[in-house]
Parts: sequence; structure tokens; C-alpha cells
Amino acid sequence: MLLRLESRRAPSVLLTWLTPVMAIAATLVTGAIIFAAMGHAPGQALYTFFILPINSGYGFTELLVKATPLALIALGLAIGFRSSVWNIGAEGQLTLGAVFGGGVAIFTHGSESIFILPLMMLAGVVGGMLWGAIPAYLKTRFNANEILVSLMLTYVATLALSALVHGPWKDPGGYNFPESVLFGDAALLPILVEGTRLHLGSLIALLLLVAGWFVLARTLLGFQVRVVGMAPMAASYAGFQQKRMVWIALLVSGALAGLAGVFEIAGPIGQLLPVVSPGYGFTAIIVAFLGRLHPLGILIAALILALSYLGGETAQIEMRLPQGITGVFQGMILFYLLASDVLIRYRLRLLAPAAESRS
Amino acid sequence: MTETVPLLSMRAICKRFPGVLANSNVNLDVMHGSIHALLGENGAGKSTLVKIIYGVLHPDSGEMRWQGSPARVSSPSDARKLGVGMVFQHFSLFEALTVTENIALGLDAAPDLQALRTRIVQVAEDYGLPLDPDRHVYTLSVGERQRIEIVRCLLQKPSLLIMDEPTSVLTPQEAEKLFATLRRLAGEGCAVLYISHKLYEIQALCDTATIMRGGEVVAACDPRNESAHSLAELMIGEELKPPVRRESAAGDTVRLSVRGLNKPSLDQFGVSLHDVSLDVMAGEIVGIAGVAGNGQSELLDVLSGEVPQAEADTVVVCGTPCGHMSAGERRSLSMAYVPEERLGHGAVPDMSLIDNLLLSGYRTHKLVRNGVVDYDGARTQARKVVDSFDVRTPGVEANAGSLSGGNLQKFIVGREVCQTPQVLIVAQPTWGVDAGAAAAIHQALIDLAGTGTAVLMISQDLDEILAISDRVAVISAGRLSSPRPRAEANAGELGLLMAGKRAEPAAAHEHAS
Amino acid sequence: MSDIGIFVSVVLTVISAATPLLFAATGELVAEKSGVLNLGVEGMMLVGAVTGFAVTTVSGSATLGIVCAALAAGGMALLFGFITLTLLANQVATGLALTLFGVGLSSVVGQSFVGTPVDALPKLAVPGLAAIPVLGPILFEHDALIYLSVIMVAAVAWFLYRTRAGLVLRAVGDSHEAAHAIGHPVIRVRYLAVLFGGAMAGLGGAFLSLSYTPMWGENMTAGRGWIALALVVFATWRPARVLLGAYLFGGVTILQLHAQGVGIEIPSQVLSMLPYLVTILVLVLISRDQAKVRLNAPACIGKVFHPST
Repeated sequence: MLLRLESRRAPSVLLTWLTPVMAIAATLVTGAIIFAAMGHAPGQALYTFFILPINSGYGFTELLVKATPLALIALGLAIGFRSSVWNIGAEGQLTLGAVFGGGVAIFTHGSESIFILPLMMLAGVVGGMLWGAIPAYLKTRFNANEILVSLMLTYVATLALSALVHGPWKDPGGYNFPESVLFGDAALLPILVEGTRLHLGSLIALLLLVAGWFVLARTLLGFQVRVVGMAPMAASYAGFQQKRMVWIALLVSGALAGLAGVFEIAGPIGQLLPVVSPGYGFTAIIVAFLGRLHPLGILIAALILALSYLGGETAQIEMRLPQGITGVFQGMILFYLLASDVLIRYRLRLLAPAAESRS
Repeated sequence: MTETVPLLSMRAICKRFPGVLANSNVNLDVMHGSIHALLGENGAGKSTLVKIIYGVLHPDSGEMRWQGSPARVSSPSDARKLGVGMVFQHFSLFEALTVTENIALGLDAAPDLQALRTRIVQVAEDYGLPLDPDRHVYTLSVGERQRIEIVRCLLQKPSLLIMDEPTSVLTPQEAEKLFATLRRLAGEGCAVLYISHKLYEIQALCDTATIMRGGEVVAACDPRNESAHSLAELMIGEELKPPVRRESAAGDTVRLSVRGLNKPSLDQFGVSLHDVSLDVMAGEIVGIAGVAGNGQSELLDVLSGEVPQAEADTVVVCGTPCGHMSAGERRSLSMAYVPEERLGHGAVPDMSLIDNLLLSGYRTHKLVRNGVVDYDGARTQARKVVDSFDVRTPGVEANAGSLSGGNLQKFIVGREVCQTPQVLIVAQPTWGVDAGAAAAIHQALIDLAGTGTAVLMISQDLDEILAISDRVAVISAGRLSSPRPRAEANAGELGLLMAGKRAEPAAAHEHAS
Repeated sequence: MSDIGIFVSVVLTVISAATPLLFAATGELVAEKSGVLNLGVEGMMLVGAVTGFAVTTVSGSATLGIVCAALAAGGMALLFGFITLTLLANQVATGLALTLFGVGLSSVVGQSFVGTPVDALPKLAVPGLAAIPVLGPILFEHDALIYLSVIMVAAVAWFLYRTRAGLVLRAVGDSHEAAHAIGHPVIRVRYLAVLFGGAMAGLGGAFLSLSYTPMWGENMTAGRGWIALALVVFATWRPARVLLGAYLFGGVTILQLHAQGVGIEIPSQVLSMLPYLVTILVLVLISRDQAKVRLNAPACIGKVFHPST
């Protein structure tokens, strides 16, 4: 049998939104097979992974807590990916945002000023933008590949955070653990639902998603982003400057990742630790693709991948599965999505070898 | 002609692509030693047919016979084994490799590169096709590149040589040399299948012609017994009105002016521009002829603003120095531009016609307010373009990429013309479009100039240049000749300029066609 | 004498640090020369590292471990090839997915091997030559993978520039349309190149877990896959320069270790940043000369090929 792809005259809109669903379904099926192979009852395992974590009201708010950084970062990445700017260093931008925001919290420790929190957010945004500006500058000025530069900077940022909490920012009363002081109330995000960790950051993220939708769908900037990504020559024909787009994409995604970093340390974590993110910056890449680089899609995809984190944690406790299983599921979703996306532009034809011959 | 078995015989060939029947029941016989023309418009199915013969495409049904017996050609390598050689319209060459390496890749046996090198030099000398076997392809001119393809075929001693639109990239003189080579090959018994839509070439060169239209063979004849007019009618299927010319409406206001433009090339792949100067007056069409790769794209980059210059006054549009401005800013000076490449440059294939109207039209039509796009306004404007330029499309929501070449080109030209610019720059306005669309586009350019717009057209198609320009200049190796009125220009002399030589009366006479 | 002893041991650690990069970058170079950009090197290295380690520990045979590492990473490359070459997906996104997947997969597989000891690969001294002072231990007393890494560079250089198959591979990377029109099997060539790249990344990973450390730890490649990608750009797609670049980076890694040893008062984390910062610096220096990059980069890199017409 031969697989042949026939171009469609126009990309299928229906399949554009259907393939993410297909990818999730395929991931679940594969997941069940993997669980079975590992000696777990597949139904029970899938239940433990995907239903149990959100079976309670608290579980659901935890889902929102985890979805918040994912959605924020993915929104920023989507702008870049749409314009073919491959920022894959969001993890580093998040980390630097946390460093900047955390620095504000540590230096103002003891103060109850209401300006601390806004200042932390501002600092986080600046930190993230700074870390995004480096690949932007090196790309526009020296043509250096932004994928590699932004990724290398992630390692640098992680090491910088580690150096700080092992050194100058270590809590003096913290029994020499590599941790900062616990932030004061003025440096913590207000909780939305009493008794949970759901914080104001989730609401801000939601508002930013709506704003992101408006910018992408209705404004000239959104149009420019799409043109630059689809046809760079046409963009330069229209007078849209590619370099400007590189800057915008990396600054916006850096800013949002930095903000997500502040939300993490001022929300669920409440202090600076050597590691402040379980790879949100990388998972957000999957969120952006699964959400079709569209703010609404990103919202849904962020919830789904947040569930994969929760599921991984539950499975670790209930089934003694290694935490890496989350990464396996996440990678699988993206594989299935990329593989099934071929259907958007092509029809699949299965040909028996005989049909190829003409005699 | 009928006393022998045909060398190649195609019977009832059908080939369907999504949405189009490219070959419908096509029959073709090519005899030993004949120069056989395959004539037809863009999109008539010629290229599909020869790609089937060469094994690049596989027909849905039909039969191929080689010297009387059924032949199965499932790959170019099969075709080469039979003795078929092909020179593609878009060369199959590798820029980063040397001439020898390129030729080695096209041979099925893996020869020793040193021995091959010697053979290349020999064949090249034999047939008067000078080639340096050690040069990298990216350093070669278009004409030299074609020679690589021809030498590659000749090395395999083919009995059928397919040439797909070979002269579209040559100067008239180079074309004459090519014809001499082909006649010699035919004399040696090699059949040539010659694809073209240029009638005079076919009449000068070919002894048989098969004419295709809309994927079908509509006629077979001896082109030497036909008139250009009758061939054209067979090819197009209807009588085409030549564009309605007018007396030159050139005023004395300079609308577009280029002064002493020098632009060194950034890398080995480009051409440097040397001291280019040009004025285009209101109401005139200035044509720039030249063989591809002589600085046209570099000049267009500078004129359009896609590659802005440091000095403002190298380019002046309507009195405003704008060499430093971006393409968008120049549009505000009432300049419009139709680039050579439709898909991906002049239009975004995966976007609707509405979005594609916005692409270049949002400034002129004021379709953005406070950063927010007025999509309803864009829809109205896109409809206007579609209606007034007879663009065949299911609707303005259709993606640009789903339109045929001719219709998309009409949309792009229409989009620019509807902005009523003072200056219009067009590159290859009718490249690869059908005759009907080409005529409509030519008429639109003439009419626009009639309203006082300065039109600058850059084209490799000398016929097109001579058909609608008021003045003609030639670009060669990054230098622009001074424009002369069309009445004083002839193809032979322009050809010499295209080849980078100064026009000498004797030489011009010798090669005039 | 002890000065010379230190010199020899420094050179040996440089060679050791360079070897995983050399494997991965040489493999990626071949894939890129055929026009495929596989950003999944990090993931493939990790899968190779864990497979090599696990198979060696379980079976007791390092040879089997190394072969399985190459096969497992090759399997990852096959997955990448199927999605990008057959299903025409974006190579950048698929490469990222491969890395994310490889990180997770290796951590799941390797969970039970964390902390398990394994014997480092044995040193194979070339009889006679290894006894030469200084040069002997530097050149002729290594484990099999180090010899293999250098041989592979030479083999790849020979293959690319001296064989017809290598010529076809370069042609496919330069223009897939032209290669297809002439009748070369573009997709098949690219599959093979990608598979080779995967197997080499697997060998690089196996070297890390079986010789360099030797142990398994989650994410133990620590960005070496990405540095290998940068090395290919640094080398402007030339095998010999990959060799140079890999040893340069090996040197930077060791510099950092020795600076720590000498007791320079800088937080260890800051020194650990060095290889990443040098990577950025090197990328900037090379990319600055755009003409040079354009001249050497395979023209079709990262582009999807579908023989539609």
C-alpha cells in the first residue's frame, strides 16, 4: 500500500479545529495502551490521570492555577509563531520575570505598601522583556538564530536564579535551604476563592486573552503578524517590517512569560525557589499549537495541558508512576497534532501498488 | 513522414489534477530527426504532457510507445534509458554545486568526475556551448545555466530532446545560437520536442507542430505552411483583439526619477547595480527589457522600497525623495507596485481576496482607523476590483491561492490600478497567464497611462515590451541603457544590449530577426 | 613531570567533553545537508543515553548497550521523519516535540536506573603507540566511542565530498525540486540522513551515560543537543570544522570545571553559564557574516517537500 497526499485547493477550516480533538483522542488511546503495557488497568489509570484530579471543586481551581501561566505564555508565543519567530526560551523569560519580581518582594520585605504587587508585576514584565530582547537584538542585528539563543538563555536564567537563592537572596532564617524569605502579604496575589490557591493572576490572564484576541483578529498589527508568518515577501511588499515584528513578538512573549513568572512566585509558590516552573515555558509551546495559535483555542488547550500536570502528580501518588509521564503525554499530543495537521491541506489516498501501474 | 514508425507515440493520455483536467485524451507522434513544436498557451497542458514523457508525472490512463513498442516510464531514469533528454523551463540545477557535479547528478551511471569533466569540455566545444566545468552554478548567467542542461542531455546521446520554453530566458542572439544547435542535432537524427508559445520561433525552427488548448490536442500541422495569425487562433481558440494603442500621452512632468543609483550586491548570489538613472514621465509606459538575473530584482527592491537605501534622493516619486522610505511609506506618495511573483509576494496564497486587498490597499482606501481594520470597507473594495477586472472567483472570501494564475494576476493588477496611483511599477505583468488575461492586463496598463500615470514595466518578454511601451531601456549586468522611443528600437539591437554589448550597426543587422 | 601529567589529563577531559557534541553535531550535519532541520537532538541524545545505560546495566554488555542506544535514538528520528517527511509537518515544531517527548520518555524509562553504578567503557590502548610519552595517552588510549567519533567525522567528510551518494545528498539539500525532477528519491535520501543523525545523537548520549559520567541522571545532556545544533552553524556545515568546534566547546566546559577547582571566587552557577554564553557568542560571530552562511547553508533546510507536480 502506498500513502499518497493530494493537495486540497484550499485548507480545510473544519479540520483546522478538528485535528486538535483527534490528537487528544489519539493520545488517550495511546495512553491507555501504555498504561496497559505497564501493568495498570487502562480505564482505571486514565481515570486517575484525567478525571480524579478535577473531581472536586478544589481540584478544579488547581486546574485553573496551572492553566494560568500556560495560557499567558502561549498567548505571547502564538504571536511569535504566527509570524515565524520561534521563541522557545519562554521558560527562561518566565524565570527572569520571577527573579525581577521576586527581587522586588525581597527588597521590600516587611513593607505593607499596596504598590509592592503592581511593582512586582512591572518588574517581572521588564525582566521577561529583557530576556526576550536579547534574542530579538541578536536576530535583527546579527541574524543569529532566535531558537538557539532563546534556549541558551533559558539555561543562563535558570542558573542565575539558582545562584541567587543559593547566595545573596537566601533566607537568613531558613536553615541554609536554598530558598528566599516567604513573601509578605503585600507581595502575594489576592486569593479569588477562599480555601483554594486560585489567585487574581488567573483573572488577569483571562482579560489578557480577550485583549489578545482583539489585537489578533481586528487590528492592523494582528493582520501584519499573520502576513509576516504566511508570506514574508508579501509582508515586505506591504511595507510591514520583519525586524519590527521580531521585536514585537519577542518583547510581547517575554513580557507575558515574565508576568507568568511573577504570578507563580506571588501566587502558588509565595517565595523564590531554585526552580520556579515545572517547564511551563516549554509546555506552553504545545498549548500554543494545540490552541491553533488562537486565544480561545489557547484557553482550552491550557486547561487540557494543565490537566496533564495534575494527572501526572496524581498518578505519581496513586500509581507510583514517574513524573516524566507528563512529558510523554505532552510530547505525544503535539506529535499527534502535527501528524494529523496534514489533513488540513491534503487528502490522504491509500493506493494499492497496482493502481500506480498503467499497463 | 508516415512511412516509418514514430520514435515516440503517445496515445489517449489523460492526467487529472485536483480541479483541473490537465491532459485529456492526448495523442502525439514524434518522428526521428524532426523538430516538433508543442504549441499552446499557459495552462494548455504542454508541460504536463512532457513531464509524463520524461517520467516526472504518471498519467491516469493512456499508452506510450517508443519505436513502436509499449514503454513504461515510471521515472526520469527510465526515460533517460530510452534515450529521452529534457531541458526544463525552470532548470533542475543545484546552485551550490559545480557544473561537473550538476551534470554527474543527471547521469544514471556514476562516472569518474575527472573523466566526466573532460567529456563535458569536449561536448561543449563540439556543439559551440562554452562551459567551465569547475564553476559553481550560482556564479553563472541564465544562458550558461541552460547550456549545462543541454550538455547534460547531449552527454547521454539522446534520440529525443525535450526543450520546455527554452528561449524565454535568452537574448534573441542566444536564441539563434540555440536554434543552430538544435538544427544540427536534428540533422544528426535526434528528434527535438520543442515547447513554446512564441509563434515566430516555431515557424522559423520546427517542421511539425501539435497545438494544445485546455488540455486537448486541437490541431497538428506544418507550421511553415501556416500564418502566425492562424496558429494564434488555433492556440487561443478565439480571435484576440490586439491592445488598443494610443498615441503616447507622455507629459513633461517627471513622476518617477532614479538618479545615480549604485547598490553593491550583499553576496555572491546577487547582482550589483551600477549608476542606474531613469526618468518616467506622467502618462508614459517605459519598458525595461533584459534577461533574468541581470539586476531586475535588485532594481525592483530599490524602487519598491522593499530594500530602502541610505540616501533619500536616489529615488524620487512625484517630487518627493524617498530612497530611504519603506514600501508602505512610498504608497502614501501615490506609488503602486505589481511584483513579479504572484504567490507569496504580490498576494498571500492562504488569505482571502479581502485580506489581500488590505495588503497593499489599506493606506490608499483608509481602511484602518486607530489601528483597527475596517473589514467591511475592505470587502467592498475587493468586490470592486473583482467586478471591474472580471476576476473569475467564487467570491472575495476565496483564498488567493485558489485562483488561476491569470485571474490572480488580474486581481493584483486591478488592486493596484484601482488605487489610481501617480506611479505604477510592474514586473512581468503577464508571466504565465493566459492570452485573454494578458490582453486585459496590457489594456489596463495602457488605459492607466492614458489617465496620466507614469508606468514602469520590467519584463523579460521582449514582445510584451515592444507591444505596449512608449520608451524602452535594457538592463544588463546591473547597468541600465538609456531609454529610447519604441519606434527607434528593434529586437536585434535590444538583444545585443541585453547581452551586455554596445549596439553596433553591423552586428545588429546580422542578427535581426 | 607532574605539569605534563596535568596537561595530559586536561586534554583527556577536553576530548571526553567534546565527544558527545561531536557525535550529535556530525549526525545533525548530515541531516541538515539533506535539507532537514531536526531540533530534536536533545531528546534523541537523552533517549540514547538512557537506552545505552539501561541495556548495559541489564545485559552487562556495553556493546549491546551502545548499539541499542543508536537504534533507540534512530527510532526517535524515524518518528520525526515520518511526521515531517511523509506527513509534511513543520520541522521546527516537530523537532521541539521530539525533544519534549524525549525528555519525558527518558525520565520514565530511566527512573529505576537513577543512582545505579555502571563500569565506564574500557580504554583501548593502541599497542606500542600508547606508550609514546604525552602523545600516546592523548591520541591512542581511549574508549571505543572516542575513536569512533573521530572516525565518523572523517567518514562523513569522505562520504559527502567523495562519493556519488554524498553528492546526491548534498543536491537534495540544495534543491529538492531539481533533485526530484532529475529523478533522485528526495524523501528516501532525507529519511536515511535523518536516521543517521538520530543514531549519531544516540551514540553521543550513550557516551555521556557510559563513559563521560558514567551514570544516568534525568536531563543529563543539559543542553548539549542544542549546543550541537549551534555547532553545525558554527562549522558552516563542514565536517572538519565540526571537529574543531566540538573540541573548542569541550575546552570551554573543562575551563569551567578547572576554574572551580582552582578556587576562583565565582558562584559555580555563573561558571556553568559559560558554555551557553559561548554558544550565543559563537552563533552571533558566525551569523553576522550572512553571505558566508548563505553560501554554505543547505538552501532547502527546513522546507517541506511535496512532489505535487
